[in-house]
Amino acid sequence: MIDFAELWPPIRLTLELATITTIVLLLLGTPIAWWLARSDAKWKEVVAAVVALPLILPPTVLGFYLLIALGPDGPGGWIASLFGGRTLAFTFEGLVIGSVFYSMPFVVQPIRNAFEAIGERPFEVAATLRASPWDRFWSVAVPLARPGFLTGAVLGFAHTVGEFGVILMIGGNIPGETKVLSVTIYDYVETLQWAQAHILAGGMLVFAFVVILSMMVFGKRIGRPGL
Amino acid sequence: MTEDSPSIQAAFSGNLGGFSLDVAFELPMKGITALFGPSGSGKTTILRCMAGLHRLNGRLKVGEQVWQDDDAGIFRRPHTRQVGYVFQEASLFQHLSVRKNLLYGEQRTTHGDNSAFRFDDIVELLNIGHLLDRASTDLSGGERQRVAVGRALLSQPQLLLMDEPLSALDRMTKDEILPYFETLHAELAIPILYVSHDIAEVGQLADRMVVLSEGRKVAEGPMVDILERLDLQPATGRFEAGVVLTARVTEQDTTYNLTRLDHHGQSISIPFADVDIGDPVRLRIRARDIALSTQKPVGLSIRNVFAGTIVEIREEPGTAFAETLVDIGGGRLRARITREAAADLSLEIGKPIFALVKSISFDRQTLTQRAP
Repeated sequence: MIDFAELWPPIRLTLELATITTIVLLLLGTPIAWWLARSDAKWKEVVAAVVALPLILPPTVLGFYLLIALGPDGPGGWIASLFGGRTLAFTFEGLVIGSVFYSMPFVVQPIRNAFEAIGERPFEVAATLRASPWDRFWSVAVPLARPGFLTGAVLGFAHTVGEFGVILMIGGNIPGETKVLSVTIYDYVETLQWAQAHILAGGMLVFAFVVILSMMVFGKRIGRPGL
Repeated sequence: MTEDSPSIQAAFSGNLGGFSLDVAFELPMKGITALFGPSGSGKTTILRCMAGLHRLNGRLKVGEQVWQDDDAGIFRRPHTRQVGYVFQEASLFQHLSVRKNLLYGEQRTTHGDNSAFRFDDIVELLNIGHLLDRASTDLSGGERQRVAVGRALLSQPQLLLMDEPLSALDRMTKDEILPYFETLHAELAIPILYVSHDIAEVGQLADRMVVLSEGRKVAEGPMVDILERLDLQPATGRFEAGVVLTARVTEQDTTYNLTRLDHHGQSISIPFADVDIGDPVRLRIRARDIALSTQKPVGLSIRNVFAGTIVEIREEPGTAFAETLVDIGGGRLRARITREAAADLSLEIGKPIFALVKSISFDRQTLTQRAP
């Protein structure tokens, strides 16, 4: 028989990881996207390329370097030592850090595009209406880039849920700590527990479809300028 | 302008892609001054410099406030200048309703109850009350531009800058909006700097003109005087060159559908216009619509005949044409005739002359009407 109780922890862990990662990415990715959209710096495309790297890099390569960075001899190990730990690898915190790097392009790119699509004029208008640069960002840039934020958040969340290679490299397979859905499915298949694999894989298929569909339907609606 | 009366003093210089800009001019603290010149003469750049959106070397003093002074290291950033800016395209905020667009600047001014421009007054003046709860994307071109003007005014500016606000609109919409701008002129006590390359528009709206050509100031002064200057061609244009007269409405002739005007004792007939008797109206009369005669014509279909004296003749070398300036008492007319005609009629300065204007040349575009 299938023990449904054993299916729940990886689901909960995955949702927690994706939620925290998405929040961190919105906080971190927005200033990066703003800078990429508005800066005149010649080397900004270099930064853009670094951000976009996870799009084409094999997850195992990214995971390998993250493993070193998070390990006892890397900056991650140093941070862990501040809290009495030895390493960030094979921890939930390490997964969040890895996921932030891995999903960053999916959040930064839509927000950057949305900022760029606004153009210079609304900011000039706002400036002549006494809005300071900080005020212009919140009263003009953010509301006009709303569709970009929504797309970025949804893609970042969904992409983190689907993460596998990086997790396997830096998180391993610790139940309740780093064993997320995709790794769990892999485990079930390896141990020939096809029924459990079917349930989780089918669930993720439905999840992915609902996400994409709702983005297409909902995105059209909120993309429409209005009140 | 005397040294003491408050004014706006501007001077900017610098390189702009293809050419250098170097201008200095002064505006009174009220009335509409047109910044006039062909495309690419630097008009928009000057406006942007005054708003602080663009930085060139220079100085800018508005009344008692110094907005820019390179020698003193002063450059106030755009949002710290009390300026209203109306762009070529209305550029309303798409994510805000008409009402919130109007209030965007007002909410960010620190004047409180001492506002010179109150919300209800501006809404009424521009006739946009019925649009307040609409989405800003749901307006016609003319409505959008009126909301943009209202939004700029509600930010309580000391100076209103308008960058060809009509050029993106079609002729009919222009005619719909111009009366509102006329009303602004009559009702508002702030200086307006109005960029345009359309001499007809300038003739209808402006009190003063600053004429630009290739980044240099060519002339500056009262609009009527500038339009009478024959030496400013080609900066003020040949085909559309003309003068502006201010006449008073004396009679509405319903039999022939004519409106009769008085200009310093001389009568003018124009096709019926929706104006009130006693009102002053501005008429733009183009140089090419005027014929000259040394004798008072008889048996002629042209109804408007002005008796006057030739005060200036300027032949255009290498062309068939000559421009003449005729004093008709209280005003002057420009007439564009051929050099041959000038010779045949032995035109010379001081010679009495009759200037003939076909009634038909006063059309909607040359007559400024009041706002409905």
